[in-house]
Amino acid sequence: MKKLLSIFAVTVFAFSANAGTLDDVKNRGFLKCGVTTGLAGFAAPDDSGEWAGLDADMCRAVAVAVFGDRSKVEFITTTGKSRFPTLASGEVDMLARNTTWTISRDVNLGFEFVGVNFYDGQGFMIPSSLGVSSATELDGATVCIQTGTTTELNLADFFRLNGISYEALPIETNDEGKENLFAGRCDVYTTDASGLSSTRAAAADPGKWLVLPEIISKEPLGPLVRHGDHQWGDVVRWSLNAMIIAEELGVSSENVDAQKSSNVPEVLRLLGVEGSYGEMLELAPDWAYQIIKQIGNYSESYEANVGPDTPLEIARGLNALWTQGGILYAPPFR
Amino acid sequence: MRSNLNFFSDEKFRSIFFQTLVIGLFALGIYFIVQTTGYNLEKRNIATGWRFLSDPAGFDISFSPFINFKSTDTHLDVYFVGVLNTLLVSFCGCIAATILGFLVGIIRLSSNWLLVRVAYIYVEFTRNVPLLLQIILWYSILIQLPRVKQSLEFLDIFFISNRGIYSPRPVFETGFSYVFIAIILAFISSFIIRRWAKKRQDETGKQFPVLSSSFGLIIILPLLLFFIIGSPMSFDYPALKGFNFKGGMVIRPEFIAMFLALTIYTAAFISETVRSGILSVTKGQREASASLGLKKSWIMRLIIIPQALRVIVPPLTSQYLNLTKNSSLGIAVGYADLVHGFGGISLNQTGQAIECMVIVMATYLTISLTISVFMNIYNRSIQFKEK
Repeated sequence: MKKLLSIFAVTVFAFSANAGTLDDVKNRGFLKCGVTTGLAGFAAPDDSGEWAGLDADMCRAVAVAVFGDRSKVEFITTTGKSRFPTLASGEVDMLARNTTWTISRDVNLGFEFVGVNFYDGQGFMIPSSLGVSSATELDGATVCIQTGTTTELNLADFFRLNGISYEALPIETNDEGKENLFAGRCDVYTTDASGLSSTRAAAADPGKWLVLPEIISKEPLGPLVRHGDHQWGDVVRWSLNAMIIAEELGVSSENVDAQKSSNVPEVLRLLGVEGSYGEMLELAPDWAYQIIKQIGNYSESYEANVGPDTPLEIARGLNALWTQGGILYAPPFR
Repeated sequence: MRSNLNFFSDEKFRSIFFQTLVIGLFALGIYFIVQTTGYNLEKRNIATGWRFLSDPAGFDISFSPFINFKSTDTHLDVYFVGVLNTLLVSFCGCIAATILGFLVGIIRLSSNWLLVRVAYIYVEFTRNVPLLLQIILWYSILIQLPRVKQSLEFLDIFFISNRGIYSPRPVFETGFSYVFIAIILAFISSFIIRRWAKKRQDETGKQFPVLSSSFGLIIILPLLLFFIIGSPMSFDYPALKGFNFKGGMVIRPEFIAMFLALTIYTAAFISETVRSGILSVTKGQREASASLGLKKSWIMRLIIIPQALRVIVPPLTSQYLNLTKNSSLGIAVGYADLVHGFGGISLNQTGQAIECMVIVMATYLTISLTISVFMNIYNRSIQFKEK
């Protein structure tokens, strides 16, 4: 609450300079990136206390693009509720906080979503001992739900549409949801399917929990910036696109040096060997090379954080490249 | 130049000048804040206005004992649900904290060594631990109660689990309104009896058992009537069906945690207020009334408390205000109060932060001022009246 109020105060008193965010970030010397309070696989401190995850990689990629150094990020935790005021007030330069792209957020709140780094959908997780196999059997259940999210609205719609009742138990963070579900205060926990996998992986006995087959919504999650600063929006957008294009072109952190002498024109453009794309973005010529070198391409980030070999065990599915049956697609690099 | 100096050496002119200056600067400051906010909002393309109040909320609130809230209702309805929930927990908390506070305050002045120590430890502990931690502590304890399928049962009608306390819900049938009217009549007549008894005692010195006769009127009369007209009331019993108990009444752990924490925290402060009030009555008063032969309980009720109240009520008012404002911490455990529902979820779903916060703050201000007004009226009525 205190945080919300201070953000409110900052919003009121913010005499923000008119200089672009990119200049602000460069002058400051590091990037301020808003992330979750902790969602394994997306953004959570790892064993050594370093922030890790798909969203954390997104923040690092932008830091690399601007400074050529993956450590020049300050991670600022935000709850589902505090994230938008935090971004709007300029406390952070960007959000990479598994945030769903919707029209009202894009238009009414004055933000700009620069792309999608994870295609998700809302699901339900229950204790397998309940013996429920479909979300439509959940009549009368108590449902843990994070407030201020799109999932909260989807949940109300889903139960209304199916003519069944439920009791909402509002929670603020994923940890709170976990605690209440594991204690049996609620029967069901609903959030994005990726978040459920993350929660399930964190349970003492993951086999005791079941993610129901229904996916009740589209949740395209992506990084966002304040509306109106197109230069900065472009930097974040193309940091993400560079990682996707790198995967498409088969450029990874391992072969990136060798690829510098590739004979594929788009690879050469991407790595800054040909063209002056870095200059257009007011970044170093090798900005994309550095992203791939220090962070990896999209596939590497995915496999390391949320892929089948991680505790989250999320198959690529929709998040595969468009050439491999998914819908991940970046505009051409030219 | 000389005349200028003269102006400033005039005390009246000087004070008016500086007061005008301060008010002017303050008004300018407010104007500046409003302008800057408007400018920044416009620059960031953030929509403003009150239109969102009539938009459907789209989310559900599970704790709404007074209004049947649905997700198709508007944000304005969310506001009303929040206000009622805030008032509910504040009202219950104020009543319980007053009773507990008076009890503990009197105990601390008693001569029982053990009770005094226990009360002392209670007051010092709760006063010095942040309220937020106490709320979370109570909630963590409540959530560790048995799960809903293993609920503790009492007489097969009360069920306690970490989803709350379920009890039978009275269902009033036709004819119950007579009982209700009887209760009201009993209250009115006991009030009249009290006035009559006081007047008679003032005139003749004869006493009348007001308390027991009022008790008889209020409890026994409606009860008799209730059975005479054939018990027009049944109970809806809670029963475990599917995931949850259906039917009956339920008190949620979120409410219980808030209620317990607010009561216990505020009662500690009230007990100190009560103690100081009682100690403010000079020893001579007690001795004088004892020498008149009054009973110990009478001395307390007739001599000490009325005088102590004059000292107690003003700080008691501010404790009520504190409790009401502290109820906004319900957000920590998901209690659907004003801040959580309207100032939290609606704010976040619509993005109208400034509008929502202004409404919430204005509401707390209104509630607080209302409490102050009533407490001030009460305070005036108990002040020493010069005859």
